[in-house]
Amino acid sequence: MTPAQFAFLAKFLKDRSGLVIGEDKRYLVEARLGPVAHQRGLASLSDLAAALARGADLDLAARVVEAMTTNETFFFRDGAPFTLFTDVMLPHLMAARAREKTLRIWSAACSSGQEPYSLAMLLAERKAQLAGWRVEIVATDLAGEVVERAKEGLFSQFEVQRGLPIKLLLKHFAQEGERWRIDAALRQMVHFRTLNLLRDFSALGRFDVVFCRNVLIYFDAETKADVLNRIAASMAPDGYLMVGSAEAPEAITRRFRAHPSRGGLLVKGEGAASAAPALSLVAAR
Amino acid sequence: MKHCLVVDDSSVIRKVARRILEGCEMRISEAENGQSALALCKQAMPDGILLDWNMPIMDGFDFLAELRSLPGGDAPKVVFCTTENDVSHITRALRAGADEYVMKPFDSEIITSKFAEVGLL
Ligand SMILES: C[S@@+](CC[C@H](N)C(=O)[O-])C[C@H]1O[C@@H](n2cnc3c(N)ncnc32)[C@H](O)[C@@H]1O
Repeated sequence: MTPAQFAFLAKFLKDRSGLVIGEDKRYLVEARLGPVAHQRGLASLSDLAAALARGADLDLAARVVEAMTTNETFFFRDGAPFTLFTDVMLPHLMAARAREKTLRIWSAACSSGQEPYSLAMLLAERKAQLAGWRVEIVATDLAGEVVERAKEGLFSQFEVQRGLPIKLLLKHFAQEGERWRIDAALRQMVHFRTLNLLRDFSALGRFDVVFCRNVLIYFDAETKADVLNRIAASMAPDGYLMVGSAEAPEAITRRFRAHPSRGGLLVKGEGAASAAPALSLVAAR
Repeated sequence: MKHCLVVDDSSVIRKVARRILEGCEMRISEAENGQSALALCKQAMPDGILLDWNMPIMDGFDFLAELRSLPGGDAPKVVFCTTENDVSHITRALRAGADEYVMKPFDSEIITSKFAEVGLL
């Protein structure tokens, strides 16, 4: 692959998915796209880049974008965001929405579904208090392949042992051969679809809670700011946004800042001086 | 430093588990069946026990029942670690007082996340 071809691929990926990839990540491109080229009967990454540049093969383009995504995830990842969901976000929202009794939650880069299903399990624990409520979890990801797996709700023995307490496994999953399938009741709580955060997502509607974790890290500052500003626009005034530990939106956009109640908790406002926080943002430590 | 007893009739598994848990700053003792594990627990109750199911002389399930009836025997966190990976075994283990359950094969991340789950790490 010539430097010009690498530059072409890097630009292609940034335009399509926001992924920023420097020359130092050449090995990663080779490791991830080598197999795609091989499957397509293309002799080298140079040929792959040339085929992409011709622009005729839409399926190839999608494959390349998906192959470059990192889909690493697990149940209750990092712990704290989920504790904050039950201890901070839900108590506030259940009081604030007591009249309309609706709750909308968005897992904005859901990968194979462990994040939205973790939230669904926590909501299932509060079934009695939430009786009569309309609770919807929307879960989206750029990569169609992981979204399809997420819909199936079928996880390997390794996956169900990563972060998932054994009691919750027994309670919410059924064994199917070597694998475990999450209950239909929980699957029905989550609406999965493919969605690129770089594109307009205003049609998803308004959310009370947004989990957007471990995806902004792949974007440059401009893309991050754009995505965060549009997420803010898709949120209720008193909604919560949860980002990953390496992501610090308050440094990038003035739509969010630290929540006074605890370290790592951020709120919406015009910089640090704003008194009454309207929109809360929670960052895992 | 917390003390963990690794009970498995396979010396390979004991070695792997020892390496993982020592990496988490735990002190490790080993036993190759339930009976010798019980003898060790009577001398000094460990903080945690990583427990195989199928072992000669006394299996993990019988060991757990005996352990929980000893004075102080309800204190150790017990994490089963076994190839018995069906719902009925898991249910029996939890009813008998197991705190967590690892289905073999495992990796270091599964062991450490389960130990963290029960508060040992
Ligand atoms: C590391 S996973 C994070 C999964 C989960 N949120 C978590 O924290 O465990 C990152 C996910 O972001 C998705 N992704 C990457 N770029 C995206 C984009 N532009 N729009 C939507 N999803 C994207 C990837 O497909 C991948 O599944």
